[in-house]
Amino acid sequence: MKAFKYLSPTTVEEAIAFHGRHSETAKYIGGGTDVIVKVKEGWMEPDYLISLKKIEEMSELHKNDATGELSIGAMVTHATLEKSLMIRNEYPIIYDAVSNIGSLQVRNVGTIGGNLINAVPSADGAIPLIALDGVALLHGPDGERSVEVKDLFIAPYKTVLKPREILKKITIPPQEPHTGSAYIKFGRRAAMELPLIGIGVLLTLDDDDTCAKARICLGVAAPTPMRAFDAENFLVGKKIDENILIEAGKIAADESKVRDSIRGKAWHRKEMIRVHVRRMGLKCLNMIKDNY
Amino acid sequence: MTTNISFLLNGDEISYDIKDHWTLLHLLREEMGLIGTKEGCGNGECGACTVIVDKLAVNSCLYLAVEADGKTIETIEGLASTEGSLHPLQQSFVDNGGIQCGFCTPGMIMSSKALLDENPGADREEIKHALAGNICRCTGYIQIFESVEAAKEPVVENRGGQNE
Repeated sequence: MKAFKYLSPTTVEEAIAFHGRHSETAKYIGGGTDVIVKVKEGWMEPDYLISLKKIEEMSELHKNDATGELSIGAMVTHATLEKSLMIRNEYPIIYDAVSNIGSLQVRNVGTIGGNLINAVPSADGAIPLIALDGVALLHGPDGERSVEVKDLFIAPYKTVLKPREILKKITIPPQEPHTGSAYIKFGRRAAMELPLIGIGVLLTLDDDDTCAKARICLGVAAPTPMRAFDAENFLVGKKIDENILIEAGKIAADESKVRDSIRGKAWHRKEMIRVHVRRMGLKCLNMIKDNY
Repeated sequence: MTTNISFLLNGDEISYDIKDHWTLLHLLREEMGLIGTKEGCGNGECGACTVIVDKLAVNSCLYLAVEADGKTIETIEGLASTEGSLHPLQQSFVDNGGIQCGFCTPGMIMSSKALLDENPGADREEIKHALAGNICRCTGYIQIFESVEAAKEPVVENRGGQNE
């Protein structure tokens, strides 16, 4: 592996300053499960790796009980999210996604922020955060700015982050009552596999059981994670049952931009969107029923 | 680019001058001669290099040695007793046919140890979930899962106060 110097700042400001001093040849590193592979393979050739591990606030996972807002530091590992009972009970869609990222060895080290910044079209970690209307807080030389997670990605492996900017945390607004959410990663091997397709569904029902909010988020269905807006709009205002969900699955499959790739064919991906929008939707309905 | 790190390795305090770009796997195998930990793919796909860092199973091929500073590290070399008797997991892999060529075994056993240390009663699904990142090309996993199950501490059944 190419030689580099490892720097470990303890604040975001210090990290940005380090990057400024070595701008052309410095890279930020989180858990390293992607960055180290890239350096080993020669796809990335940094002279300096600026680790974000010692920046304590970036590893905090916290729910504000007064406001209901969830804050996930970008350096929170997948395993931390997977093991959190609060996440498992209140944000099941996050649990569904992170518990199948990489392998246990990767989840113990890899971070949610790193997963987002890597911006692979499959982005298991991004789908639930988009479904939950998550907002990314970015910190750069000129201060902070917020970007909705759904707007973070511009192309495969490309985000809106500027070179020196750091993704500090993701916040999730309070969830309405009568909300259910679920994600499925559809692939072959249980670990270290990019999904053939990823499908996340979130439903919120009104007191009279009509759909107040719907999120249908798809991974590997387009160059970046996408929301199936037509299918979402179709659901809102309707009484949700299996037939309605079957219809929504068809609409989502039609508006997806799936294509043939080494991992699977476009027709297969469309079929799986159709099937799993229905299944995840039913899972959401059951959750809402159980929590009434 | 040389950094001095201190860490606890299989119970021994270690201080070592390392290069920033060394992986923990490189430090263990190439510098310290602890070749029980294996390098398979080198990219985190196969789990052969699994060691335990602060109670968590990690791929040592993707873990920088510099990040081991201040940590507690366990490798396969630390399992058997100094007199040579095997750790219950090692004995169980031998007894239940969980090893064939043996290349994946140190990683399999370290992943299993991290699991059972945290969750001594892990069921078959939890074992499969914890070992999904370890590839074996010989035995076909069933014997490996059986080896882990057989190594679990016998569970004392709660008889609900009923006397026999």
